[in-house]
Amino acid sequence: MPHDVRSSAPRPLAAALCAALFVTSVLVGACSGGHRSGASAGGSSTLTIAGSDTMVILAQRFAEAYMRAHPGTTIQVSGGGSGTGIAALVNGTTTIADASRAMKDDEKARVRTQRHADAHETRVALDAVAIYVHVSNPLPQLTIAQLARIYRGQVTNWKDVGGADRPIVLYSRENNSGTYVYFKEHVLADADFATHTQTLPGTAAVINAVSRDPGGIGYGGIAFATGVRAVALVGSAGTPVAPTLATATSGAYPLSRFLFMYTAGAPAGTAKDFLDWVTSAEGQALVEPVGYYPVPRDGA
Amino acid sequence: MSETPATDTSAPPPDELRTIASSTIASGSDDSRSLTRRRRHGPAWHRFGELAVRVMALTAVLAIVLIFAFVLREALPILWEDSSLHLADLFSPRQWADYDAPVYVWQPVGSVAKMNIVPLFLGTLKITVLALFFAVPLAIGSAIFVSQYAPRRVREIVKPAIELLAGVPSVVLGFFALMLLATWVQDALGLPYRLNALVASMGLALAVIPVIFTISEDALDAVPRQLKEASLALGAREWQTTLRVVLPAALPGIAAAVILGFGRAIGETMVVLMASGNAAVMAPFDPTSSARTVTATIATELGEVSHGDTHWRVLFMLGVMLFCVTFVLNRIGVAVVARLHRKLTAASR
Amino acid sequence: MKYTGRDWVLFTATGLATLLVLGMLGIIIGVVLWEGAPSISAEFLTSEPTSDMTGGGILPAIYGTVVLTLLMTVAVVPVGVATAIYLTEYAPPHSRLAGIVRAAVQNLAGVPSIVFGLFGLGFFVLFIGRSLDSAIGASEPVWGKPAVLWSSLTLAVLTLPVVIVTTEEALRAVPRDLREAALALGATRFQSILTVVLPNARGGILTGVVLAVSRGAGEVAPIIFTGAANFLPYLPTDLRDMFMHLGYHVYALATQSPNVDAARPVLFGTVLVLLSVSFSLNLVAVVIRSRSRASLRA
Repeated sequence: MPHDVRSSAPRPLAAALCAALFVTSVLVGACSGGHRSGASAGGSSTLTIAGSDTMVILAQRFAEAYMRAHPGTTIQVSGGGSGTGIAALVNGTTTIADASRAMKDDEKARVRTQRHADAHETRVALDAVAIYVHVSNPLPQLTIAQLARIYRGQVTNWKDVGGADRPIVLYSRENNSGTYVYFKEHVLADADFATHTQTLPGTAAVINAVSRDPGGIGYGGIAFATGVRAVALVGSAGTPVAPTLATATSGAYPLSRFLFMYTAGAPAGTAKDFLDWVTSAEGQALVEPVGYYPVPRDGA
Repeated sequence: MSETPATDTSAPPPDELRTIASSTIASGSDDSRSLTRRRRHGPAWHRFGELAVRVMALTAVLAIVLIFAFVLREALPILWEDSSLHLADLFSPRQWADYDAPVYVWQPVGSVAKMNIVPLFLGTLKITVLALFFAVPLAIGSAIFVSQYAPRRVREIVKPAIELLAGVPSVVLGFFALMLLATWVQDALGLPYRLNALVASMGLALAVIPVIFTISEDALDAVPRQLKEASLALGAREWQTTLRVVLPAALPGIAAAVILGFGRAIGETMVVLMASGNAAVMAPFDPTSSARTVTATIATELGEVSHGDTHWRVLFMLGVMLFCVTFVLNRIGVAVVARLHRKLTAASR
Repeated sequence: MKYTGRDWVLFTATGLATLLVLGMLGIIIGVVLWEGAPSISAEFLTSEPTSDMTGGGILPAIYGTVVLTLLMTVAVVPVGVATAIYLTEYAPPHSRLAGIVRAAVQNLAGVPSIVFGLFGLGFFVLFIGRSLDSAIGASEPVWGKPAVLWSSLTLAVLTLPVVIVTTEEALRAVPRDLREAALALGATRFQSILTVVLPNARGGILTGVVLAVSRGAGEVAPIIFTGAANFLPYLPTDLRDMFMHLGYHVYALATQSPNVDAARPVLFGTVLVLLSVSFSLNLVAVVIRSRSRASLRA
């Protein structure tokens, strides 16, 4: 019997390829197990949460604590901005969408057409959008009107609002951020940001940039206030209000907002259990250590 | 059966060929025609193997076609879909509600979507040109040094070291530019914006230098020694030889390298995303302002758009345009290199 | 010959350029080593991230990167090697088809990485994935969403030129005598390729694979929308799972982590791991390439 010519094929390379094929087939075999279904409205014990970067740490804390209390549940959290989360909810690739702003009507309509259910909103925390400046910036307060003029590029030097003689450097979130949309709506009254506003992907990047820039100004959730100073804003009463739990809950701080979790349709199964847990005293106890404020009990 | 590595090119590895010979002879004897066919093409699985090779070879072509087709597929409906976007607004300035002059604005998220792509392309161009401004002299200078001046042992260390720079992932270069380079540049130059086109282009230059260096160095090294020695023999100095004989001789390769580097710079995403500040400003001649590139825009905004809405289509349209630009650059590169090659080889006759 | 003034000028100028380039590489390596080395420990490499990714380890990112590159290799090697075989062994010289294939490979090498991301999203996730979903009658996206399968296929297309070019180089380096001797002894063309040419080109093929894996570990733009995730509480075991990734982890930590200063040690540690992986793979490729060249030349 002649030798098989194929045995002279390169053994190490063939072995490596065989190993790789084996691993792949194991993975394919695991497919038929199909234990991950992903985006159902809670029918399985796997949850996907996607969306707001403002909320991603909070969502991770919720997820970790919930998984510890309820072993057998798997929760997967990713960021990308409120817009990303809502888009994922529309496209069906996430169960729960984190949003640091309310959903718009056209987004709700899209959820209705694509997911055949109405978007269901759950308030999970209270946030104060703080205005951050460098720690060396002595600026005592700002009015919303001044803030709007700054971010529209009409005021370009700190001395025009009561600070030092130094050009203002604007930092903002990217436009996929709920915080960006919230700021645009509530501060700029839908006008455009100045074109030279630097946009950074993520609140942490904004804070990081402001902490290194003596002339910088940025905005973001109150939980991120490390290495920077939060400026007091003049509220409707005419007096400067600093962002704290009390002022956010009472509404005295002008830029307080709710943080939401949205599902397509009323939450069912694991999603319902999770959201009920998040809004319970146990879940809300995790909110303050992260830096946000619990949802007011009477539903302000 | 042992494998014999080909250490001796004068005689083929005996074991392998002996088995080929014996198996071919032992493949049986049918009528003469099928034997000839079998001997030429082998058993059926050989022919199948050859067919498989030919089919798989078309994958690269298929891939390019599919890439273009599917990115275009998502972008094309913008031409006929009923939406509030006027195509002219993508390119020409417009005086929006609260501005006092026509402007180019890219702010796609808001009650009125403003999607002018001119600032994006301007940002890409500005950062790319700046990056090449840094990269080309450094890369070609290093290539000249390594190929002409460095002794053999130095060359064997330096060349792989610079090529190691090619192995640095672009996300690491972006990280380096964002965390370290930006601070150093701001401390040194006192710039108003910490993240700007200058910092991004420096990071980008780091990504592009190895590309230009490798190809230029190969081109310079391939210049025949006779040219150099002839020039020296005729009395030219070393520097004259290098600049006026060797460099022009390697010009096709160097041109290819620069064009390749340009293409790479235009398409780079992570470095500019992290280090450029991402502000869509119209400041073509100010390197210290922020800039927003096409690639960073796609990378940041794609996640937040729902499939099928106008913003989605515009982002895919940007992708189509990027693809076309790099495609055209590629063709130009090939043509330029071919022409230079013809000119230089013709002139040497 | 003696160097005059201007000779020295050119020498110094080009030498400085080289030093500058090497210097920057050195600075990058130095800073990353300096800040990242303290974070590296067995625990760092084998445990999950904790405390909002400012602590713990990066095991999921390492694991995800390994799975991704493994799948990518399985996809890209057969196709890439076959294409290279076609171009070197079967294509008639100056054939139009070979010219088109070569042009396609060159163009593929120049496509921006984010366009690959768009392609991966538009073709693999949305077209193939959604078609699979309607074929199996799923009401919710099962295949039509980001997954490690789609990311690895996208990266396979991205690294295809690397594999093709290095394999071609390796195949061409195999001396003609070997092929002709095989044919003369009665082997079919296919047989001679499989048993004589390929084994002698395995160094170059391996180089291509190693370089492709190095790129797969580092490229971030193509995987952002096709499968990479910030934080997963599980390791991917299913082709439909999402995955964490070393490069993506660097990007997420540098831009989206809640406290960049607290995350700094982990960030630099991750960069160090990623850089070490890329560098060692590139070094391995260089060694393999020079060794196989030497053995063929000998």
